[in-house]
Amino acid sequence: MSNMQNLYLLVPLAPLLGAILAGLLGHVLGRAWTHRITIFMVFVSFVASVLIFQDVMAGNTFNGTVYTWLTTTDARLEVGFMIDRLTVLMMLVVTFVSLMVHIFTIGYMKDDAGYQRFFSYIALFTFSMLMLVMSNNFLQLFFAWEAVGLVSYLLIGFWYTRPTAIYANLKAFLVNRVGDFGFLLGIGLVFMVFGTLDYQTVFNDAASHAKDMAPIAGVSWNLMSAICILLFIGAMGKSAQFPLHVWLPDSMEGPTPISALIHAATMVTAGIFMVARMSPMFELSETALSFVMVIGAITALFMGFLGIIQTDIKRVIAYSTLSQLGYMTVALGASAYSVAIFHLMTHAFFKALLFLAAGSVIIAMHHVQDIRQMGGLRKYMPITWITFLIGSLALIGTPFLSGFYSKESIIEAVYLSQLPGASFAYFAVVAGVFVTAFYSFRLYFLVFHGAERFGKKHSQHDHHQGLAPGEKPHETSWVVTLPLILLAIPSVGIGALAFDQLLHLGYFGDSIYVAEVHQLQVLAKTLQHEIIEHPMSMALHAFGTLPFWLAVAGVLTAWLFYMKRPDIPEMLKHRFDFLYTVLDNKYYFDRFNDWFFAGGTRGLSSFLWKFGDIKLIDGVMVNGTARLVGAFSGVMRNIQTGYIYHYAFFMIIGVFVLLTIRHWFE
Amino acid sequence: MIFGFSILSVAIWLPILFGGLIMATGGDRNAPLARILALLGAILGFIVTIPLFTGFDKTTSAMQFVEIHDWITRYNIHYHLGVDGISVLFILLNSFFTPLVVIASWKVIEKRVAQYMAAFLIMSGLINGVFASLDAVLFYVFWEAMLIPMFIIIGVWGGANRVYAAVKFFLYTLLGSLLMLIALLYLYNQSGGSFSILDYHKVAIPLTAQILIFIAFFMAFAVKVPMFPVHTWLPDAHVEAPTGGSIILAAIMLKVGAYGFIRFSMPIVPDASRELAGVMIALSLIAVVYIALVALVQTDMKKLVAYSSVSHMGFVTLGLFIFNSYGVEGALLQMISHGFVSGALFLCIGVMYDRMHSRNIADYGGVANKMPVFAAFFVLFAMANVGLPGTSGFVGEFMVIMGAVKVNFWYALLAASTLIFGAAYTLWMVKRVIFGAVTNHHVEQLTDVNGREILVCSILAAAVLGMGLYPLPFSEVMHVSVSDLLVHVARPKL
Repeated sequence: MSNMQNLYLLVPLAPLLGAILAGLLGHVLGRAWTHRITIFMVFVSFVASVLIFQDVMAGNTFNGTVYTWLTTTDARLEVGFMIDRLTVLMMLVVTFVSLMVHIFTIGYMKDDAGYQRFFSYIALFTFSMLMLVMSNNFLQLFFAWEAVGLVSYLLIGFWYTRPTAIYANLKAFLVNRVGDFGFLLGIGLVFMVFGTLDYQTVFNDAASHAKDMAPIAGVSWNLMSAICILLFIGAMGKSAQFPLHVWLPDSMEGPTPISALIHAATMVTAGIFMVARMSPMFELSETALSFVMVIGAITALFMGFLGIIQTDIKRVIAYSTLSQLGYMTVALGASAYSVAIFHLMTHAFFKALLFLAAGSVIIAMHHVQDIRQMGGLRKYMPITWITFLIGSLALIGTPFLSGFYSKESIIEAVYLSQLPGASFAYFAVVAGVFVTAFYSFRLYFLVFHGAERFGKKHSQHDHHQGLAPGEKPHETSWVVTLPLILLAIPSVGIGALAFDQLLHLGYFGDSIYVAEVHQLQVLAKTLQHEIIEHPMSMALHAFGTLPFWLAVAGVLTAWLFYMKRPDIPEMLKHRFDFLYTVLDNKYYFDRFNDWFFAGGTRGLSSFLWKFGDIKLIDGVMVNGTARLVGAFSGVMRNIQTGYIYHYAFFMIIGVFVLLTIRHWFE
Repeated sequence: MIFGFSILSVAIWLPILFGGLIMATGGDRNAPLARILALLGAILGFIVTIPLFTGFDKTTSAMQFVEIHDWITRYNIHYHLGVDGISVLFILLNSFFTPLVVIASWKVIEKRVAQYMAAFLIMSGLINGVFASLDAVLFYVFWEAMLIPMFIIIGVWGGANRVYAAVKFFLYTLLGSLLMLIALLYLYNQSGGSFSILDYHKVAIPLTAQILIFIAFFMAFAVKVPMFPVHTWLPDAHVEAPTGGSIILAAIMLKVGAYGFIRFSMPIVPDASRELAGVMIALSLIAVVYIALVALVQTDMKKLVAYSSVSHMGFVTLGLFIFNSYGVEGALLQMISHGFVSGALFLCIGVMYDRMHSRNIADYGGVANKMPVFAAFFVLFAMANVGLPGTSGFVGEFMVIMGAVKVNFWYALLAASTLIFGAAYTLWMVKRVIFGAVTNHHVEQLTDVNGREILVCSILAAAVLGMGLYPLPFSEVMHVSVSDLLVHVARPKL
């Protein structure tokens, strides 16, 4: 095993060791040593990722086995790594954001009794997520896929005494399992068709199966479409795409650091990563791509609307995450995998920044999260204020900031796509720009500008939350603000820096495959459309385009509604009462699911148990048999009188009957 | 060889011998001695089976560690023992669990300690006999004999309704076994006077007779698995059984039914097996889906886990009757894993029951606040029950689903629904029992697991994680035997 291979192993194993130490020996190590060890381990992992990045850029990729998990008569199931340009980019994002979140956690969780447990979980998450992106086969992908789900479950329910938290984590797990149900069946079909779960073999053979048909569930399907759609159902669960998005807003019950790490920057993007990784398969099915694009478009637009009326600081950002995940999914559908990964990366930075800044606000507000009780915080928390503003500007796609390049590229790609549903998707992503700008700056203005609404009264919560009357918030400690600053830097600069590389100079090489008819340049030519390739000119060009002015309009509307004329939103709320109710109920998805799926299943189960098991099987079959035997014996008992003369009588009768029968037969 | 005796004989008779010895300690004043003897016997019983694994030849499907003596020469009955890659794992699993049960019952059982411990050791030996017998009569003797200790365990140390449960358990399983005996007698004649199971694998049998034999075997084995619709004895037996009884019942006893299908039904009557595979698969899928739904609405933790067992065993019978190597190996791995996981869950419920004297989910809530170490174990085992990758529960389910896709997408789809329903019933229970705020003063007074309980839980946790992360050693042993089995099943013998 070469030095590089040892380094590959070090990347996931260092955080795993941290997790084990913190989990098993946390109470011995104490708080300080627990966070020192886990942070050091993640730092090691980050440095190793940087070294591997340099190595990969020098042209050394890797695809090999670590150990054999299981053998069957005709296949080997292995744990192994595939290290290429796509992987290494994800490794950098994951370890960097994770490191920032680890540091931030020192400040955020400093009074929590479960301090060591929390560090153990997030280190375990880092391990799982790294195994996910580094995998070279479907089995390990599923392994890590479920492992990140498990850590997410544990972390959403971290404060396990809160009823809302343990409701949310169960819901998250089950909804994800619905996605995994499709995912596992997709993997099953892959295994059936290709006889292996190894990525490289499957990708090499995929083209030869492009036209295969298979009867599935009574209908003859194009096999590749079936596989891709089933795999994508898994992505819909993990990356919270409509209609499996319902778990993500509730996941905000978890502590804020994990909202940043798991439910914004990394885990929820696993689905996006997965589809990009599977590009050689998705490229073979326009049906699947079209499906992906439409689902993404619905998520991008309709989840954005919900962000508009939320009053919890974290939930606004959560809906924003949903909407941005929709953007990435749309890009995947348009075959712009590199663009999707680009947006994944920029989003990881600015969304982690927004969440951590929100966390900083929550610390300062003594764990009040209602934005109606904030306002004017910019005076008291300058670093949080500026970094939050940077994050918001990046999110809405301000020219020169990172989000601009990735989002603009998505809009461009969708514009060029000619798949069914592309025109709807184009409308959704463009309209989404206005919505994004509006809810982002609504949040920004309500939190950092305007009147100071905190410290007025204690909230009704029982946790003694909130500032005392007259008490002023103040800036959080350096462990909190340092990650904000470090995340703000890539939020500003990474877009322009990576734009050329990622999108046009072929950074991804052969780690992503795009069929020639789907390539943007080719599409652009057929539409006689010019693609701008220089980051500077692209930004300057943007000032004349529709998305830019929509973003400006969104910000201005937010300013008008929430700074200048707060009576307008109130008025609109009453005027469009019906619309408001629908949005407030999140399109009634939760109610429907609770009533139909949860309630329906419980009702059916009760019926099956009480009628099937108790009445039918136990009542009729088992105890019925017993009763039958009992009744029979009851009759027989009457004959067993115990009187000799009764028995003698029966004997004589019997002898006569036998003799008669004998007589007849002769 | 151990002191001149073959390993299999030692694995059977050593625990039984210790059982007799423990019984000889008599009343409860000698309880400490009985406990120590039981632990010693159980640990020795496990140690002697280790050479079965280390000395096992993975390259042959022939029987190994064979031992054959005349027994009843007039009917050509032999004392014939031997293991292949299928049965060896179950002897190990059984011997592995006996010390755990002894430790788990250490302080919990205070009345008739010697008799309780003796029953478990004797049962352990008898179950080893079931898995090692290659003579049909010997098999039948062990098969019936192993019911007696369990009947006593439930009937004497069980809960309030123990007599009903014990009798139900006994009659249910006995009834099926009688039909098996008739089938064995038919085979004795058909084979020209042999009781050797291996001879039966070669005897030609007409299809009608095959189907009748299959049904007779089915009655015996399906009850034990248990398959839908003959499963209703299991929840009752579990609810009334003491913790140790539940552990052995779930972890070991349910496996003999599926083992019967593998050793008898599939190779002896392969044509009938193929004819009736559709019915078997249908019953298995009903077990997976229907029973999972029934598990969802249980209010008693033991009943919930019992139903969950039936649902998981549905995967086993599904895997067996789709007749490919993924299915069969998956079924075997699922059986082993289910042993670890269900055993662990019953142990955990026992730990709570010892403190609260209730199995009702509604009486709990917020246990994690008072028993954090226990909660960690419980969540781990629950996740294994959910089939999370990295735990043993995933391996078998995954293999069976992969095998099912190859046969029919619908099978795989219905089987994979366990991903959702299994998670629903298990984690909903976890939510109501472990998480939340402390609900009442009984929970408030709970104390966390003690050293003895931590020991047993840790051993099982290591087994669950070890098998989940590295199942290769388990599957390697069985490859050749499973291939051989599938050859037998595919070959017509009318």
